[in-house]
Parts: sequence; structure tokens; C-alpha cells
Amino acid sequence: MQFLNKLLAIVWKDVVAELRTKELFSSMFVFALLMIVIFSFSFDLRVERVAEVAPGVLWVTFAFAGTLELNRSLATEVEGARLDGLLLAPMERSTIYFGKMLGNLVFILAIEALMLPIFSAVFDLNLLQPGLLFTVLLGTIGFAAVGTLLSTMAVNTRAREVLLPVLLFPIILPVVLSAVKITAGMLDGQPWTDMAPWLRLLIGFDIIFATVCYMTFDYVVQG
Amino acid sequence: MIEIQGLTKSFGHIYALRGVDLQVAEGEFLTIVGPNGAGKTTFLRILATLLKPTRGFVRINGLDLAPADVEVRRQIGFVSHQPLIYSNLTVAENLRFYGRIYDVPELEQRVEALLSLVGLDGRTHSLARTLSRGMQQRLSVARSIIHEPSIMLLDEPYTGLDQQAARMLRGLLQTVSNKSHTVLMTTHNLEHALEPADRLVILSGGQIVFQAEAPTLSLAELREAYWQHTEGGRSLGPS
Amino acid sequence: MKAGSRWGDLLSGLSAAMIIAALYLVFLYAPREATMGDVQRIFYFHVSSAWVGFFAFFVTLLAGIGYLRTGERRWDVLGFSSAEIGVTFTAMAVMSGSMWAKPTWNSWWPWQQEPRLVLVTILLLIYLAYFMLRTFVQEAEQRARFAAVYGIVAFASVPLTFMSVRWWQRLHPVVFDRQGAGLTRPMLLTFLFCLLSFTVLYFALLLHRTRLAKLADEVNELAQRLHSGWGGRT
Repeated sequence: MQFLNKLLAIVWKDVVAELRTKELFSSMFVFALLMIVIFSFSFDLRVERVAEVAPGVLWVTFAFAGTLELNRSLATEVEGARLDGLLLAPMERSTIYFGKMLGNLVFILAIEALMLPIFSAVFDLNLLQPGLLFTVLLGTIGFAAVGTLLSTMAVNTRAREVLLPVLLFPIILPVVLSAVKITAGMLDGQPWTDMAPWLRLLIGFDIIFATVCYMTFDYVVQG
Repeated sequence: MIEIQGLTKSFGHIYALRGVDLQVAEGEFLTIVGPNGAGKTTFLRILATLLKPTRGFVRINGLDLAPADVEVRRQIGFVSHQPLIYSNLTVAENLRFYGRIYDVPELEQRVEALLSLVGLDGRTHSLARTLSRGMQQRLSVARSIIHEPSIMLLDEPYTGLDQQAARMLRGLLQTVSNKSHTVLMTTHNLEHALEPADRLVILSGGQIVFQAEAPTLSLAELREAYWQHTEGGRSLGPS
Repeated sequence: MKAGSRWGDLLSGLSAAMIIAALYLVFLYAPREATMGDVQRIFYFHVSSAWVGFFAFFVTLLAGIGYLRTGERRWDVLGFSSAEIGVTFTAMAVMSGSMWAKPTWNSWWPWQQEPRLVLVTILLLIYLAYFMLRTFVQEAEQRARFAAVYGIVAFASVPLTFMSVRWWQRLHPVVFDRQGAGLTRPMLLTFLFCLLSFTVLYFALLLHRTRLAKLADEVNELAQRLHSGWGGRT
């Protein structure tokens, strides 16, 4: 129970701090809107083609907005060495990992929740189906699991904004591919059985990487 | 008490600490002085479990650092020139957060008591970023003792403080570090070094080069020893 | 020093001989393939390069685990040396794959038809990310740790990426796929020999590269001692 209490304390701290300034949230929101606008113009979206591109556009937007969040979230800890504050506390390093991961998850999900209705309106598609929402959740979990670990590394360097996507994107490719396939399948009205393997892959990824990342986090934060 | 034997720390092939042996008794106030690059910060950070030693062992209150580090952290309070507080949280929220991750019981009362101890009860609901540097450092001290640690590690705590703030901090540290606390403080300012200390150690080039009982040492003698062992403040390698 | 260079010379000599033999096998011994003609011969080099690319990354993974467990510099040296060789062979695999693709599918980048080419390219991206990470981390010890962790995490992603890229084009994805090699005996022989000779070449290069890194470390340490006025040996 102590573990849970500390975990939630970390998440709570991040949420309260963000609610004060809303800096991160507003910049992510503006960024995501910008991406929709740019994509709308670049693809010259006519009604027949929309359903084909929509899943890709959706997930690319989420991936880039998510990267923004990951960088900022770890930056607030590292500026002023605040990560030390967490490392000094009597808890396992993995508690810090899960606390930050959960915080990242909450923020990215919040933006996604805001963007889905907007996407639905712009693309004239129903993106608010339960199956799709579940996929968004699973995909974001995988993204946050790997992203939290990698952003902890990238934030220590002087090229953090560029380095994080370079490190992250090749690794989360299975997440993006699965999520896009499932999203596309749902919009097409395909049966669940067709998409079950992708779902299993996504869940498998989440479990494997949450484990690998939590085990290696210790080595990243302590020298 | 703290037992340290053969403590060595290397970063690649650069040695920050080269076999430090030290014993600190319970309730003792030990000041460590030395020039920049002597290894003072590295030393303290290892004791605080923020770094792992390359070789040697450290035992704090009978607990070996490596396997028992969670328990060790419960007994340590760490203050550095970084206040480790969250700018967008209020003073009270900062303390409440640290209280939660340190499993402090009866948190609300503890936070109130600490705030009045460090003289910040007038600023309970101010955002931490609106505090002056001196006030931030006071909040940092409150943060570091919220869990009533028996050992205090202070890494150049006076850095960046003006005269008045330094005086307040000194008073605060004296209140806090009475005989029931073991204190290790590092500083490169020799004036700050002598006054509160029981014992004094000079660290240079990653090794202890001088030790003395503080009450028997005058400031002039300290300056002389410092100059001699560090050749005018330059960190030396092994001779 | 002497023993090291003896092994190095031996491996260099062996790999040179084997590569020459492989060239003979690929161009003169192996029969002309029925449908694709001589272009098909690229296949031998392409697959062997890709194999070395993956194998080298596996070695980097093992080196990463070794470093995290022991903190010894030699594991880090093994890690980045293997990665350097791996990235080279992977780049070769991508280029040779593209050269093979053009006459086969009339496209320099048959993204849809050949998922394995995509996979090799992703491996190349991972390698580049690994080196970018190493470049931007200033402190040597931290660099070794981060590189080790990234190697582990990235390698874990490879099987999953393989599966997802493979399934991308299919309507009904399957986990295991039986694919007949479609190779006659002489072709199979050539293929296996090529694979072996590339592997020997990898080890020869690895030996030389790690020796070079060790010498560079020694030079750096001496320079350090000279600079800080310590002098002498430990």
C-alpha cells in the first residue's frame, strides 16, 4: 500500500503543478490542432479518401504530441535537479518509474480525449466507439511505458527535443502499426476476429515493455 | 553512526574519490572542506545513495548501503544548494508531497510545525517560485527534516545566500542539529567551517589529507593547514 | 600485445580467404536462377549482410547486459564496436536490398511487397539512434549506461517489429510462416558459405576494432595523467 500511496503522490504532484500553469496542456493542444490543419491541407481530403488516411493522421498526431509531453514532463524534474528529491526518498526506483509513467499517461490521454471529438468532426467519422477508445488506451500505455524511460535518458543531453523522437519512434513502431490497423479496421466495420492478432500484439508489447523499462530504469537514474 | 572504508569512485578513468576511510560517531558534527573538484559533493552524494561507489563500503547506522538503500534513505536528510522544491506547488503542497513519499504520519500537524520552525508560516499558500532564495533554502531544510532523519548531509548549503539569509540558515541548522543529529557538512568557505563543527577534515584530490578536532583549531591554523595541504586551493593528485 | 595481433592476423587472413572463395561461389559456382537471372546473386550478399547486422546488434545487447552487471569498460567497448560494424553491414543490406528490389518488383523501395526490407531499415534507424545517443551524452560512464539500456530496450522491440511489419499486408496474419527456400543444393551451399564467411569477417573486424578502442583508451589515460601532472603508472 505504501507503494501505491507514493505512486499516486507523484502523479498528484504532476497534475496539480500542471493545473496551475496549464502550459503543457495548452501547448500540446495547439500543436495537435496545428497538425490536423496541416494534414487536412496536405492530403487534400475528399470524402472517399478520408477513412483511409484518418487512422494514420490520428496516430501520427498522438505520437508527436506525446513526445512533446514526455520531454516537458521530465524536464521539470531535471531542471533544478528535482529528480534528486525523488531519488532521496525511501522508495524503490521502480516506484518513481511507474509514478512518472502514470502521470505521462494521464496527460497524453487527456489530450487524446480532447482531440478525438475534434478529429471526428473534421474527418466526419465516428471515432468515439468503445473499441477504438480501448485501442487508444492500449497504444498510449505502450507509448508512455517506453517514452518515460527514454525521455529520462534524453533529458540529460543538450539535444533532448531531437533525440527523444529518434530514440523512441523505431521502438514503438509495433504500437503505431497495430493501433493504425485496428483503428482502420474499426472504421471499416471489420469483425473483431480479424483484428484480434493486432490486439494481442499491442497487449503483448505493453506488458513486455512495461517490464523491460521498469527493470532498466534504475540504471538510468543512478550512476 | 557512519562507517566508511576504502571508498573509491571513478567516472570512466577519472577518479573522484580514492580510498576514503572515515568514521563518524553518533551526534557528531563533521565539516569537510576542500577545493573545487576535491570530491566533496561526490562523497556526500554516495552517502545519500544518489551515486553507487566503485569500490569500498559504507555502513550507515549498521545498514550496508548497497542492499538496504531504501531503509538508509529513511534515516538521511539531504540539503544541497539546489532546494529540490517544485516551483508550481505552494509551500505547503511541497511539504505535503515530501511527507507522503517519506511515509510521515500525522502529516498536517507535522507540516504546520515545520513551517513555523523555519519561519515560513506566513507563506504557506505561496507558490514556491515566488519565494526568495533564502526562503527557498529554508523550505529546503524543512523538506529535508520532515521525516525526522538521524543523519543530516549538507552539501555547501550556504551557496548563493546573502549575509542575512546565511545567518538565518546558520541559526536554523544549529537548532536542528543538536546532539541527537549526526551532521556532515561540506563547504569551501573556511569561516563557515569551524564554528558549528566537532571535527574537521580536509579532502583534496579524492583523499583525506588532514583531520583535527575543531575546538582546538583556530581559524588561522585552519587556513595554514588548508593552504599547505591543497597548495593554495588547487586539488592535488596522489603524491 | 603480440598474442592479440596474432589472432587478428589469423582472422584477417581467414576472412580474406573465405570472402574470395565466396565471391567465386556466388559468381561462378552457383547456377543462374531461372526467373530472375544473374540479379538474384545479390541475394547471397544481401541476406549475409542483414544477418551480420542482426547478429552484431545481439552482441551489443549482450555487451549492454554485461556492462550493467559489472560496470567494466570492456563491455562498453564491445558494445559500440559491434554496433559500428553492425551499422555498416545493415546499411549494406539496405542498399543491396534496394538493388535487388528494382529489377524484381520494379521499385527501389517495395515497401508493400517486401516487409523484410522494411525491417532491415528499421534496424538501421535503431543503430543510428544508438549512435546519436552516444554522441549527445557527455559523461563517459553515463554514456555507457544509457547505451547499454537502449541496446536492451531496442533489441526487445525487434521481434515485435518483425511481426507487425510482416502482418501489415496480410488479411489474416499468422505467427509462424512456412516458406520453402526454393533453393537448389548448389545454391544452398553457396548461401551457407557466404553466411559463414561474412560472420568470420565480422569477428575479424570486431577484434581489430576492440583492440583499437583499448589502445585509444590507454592513450587518453596517459594524456590525462600528463595533463594533471601526476605522471608514472598506477
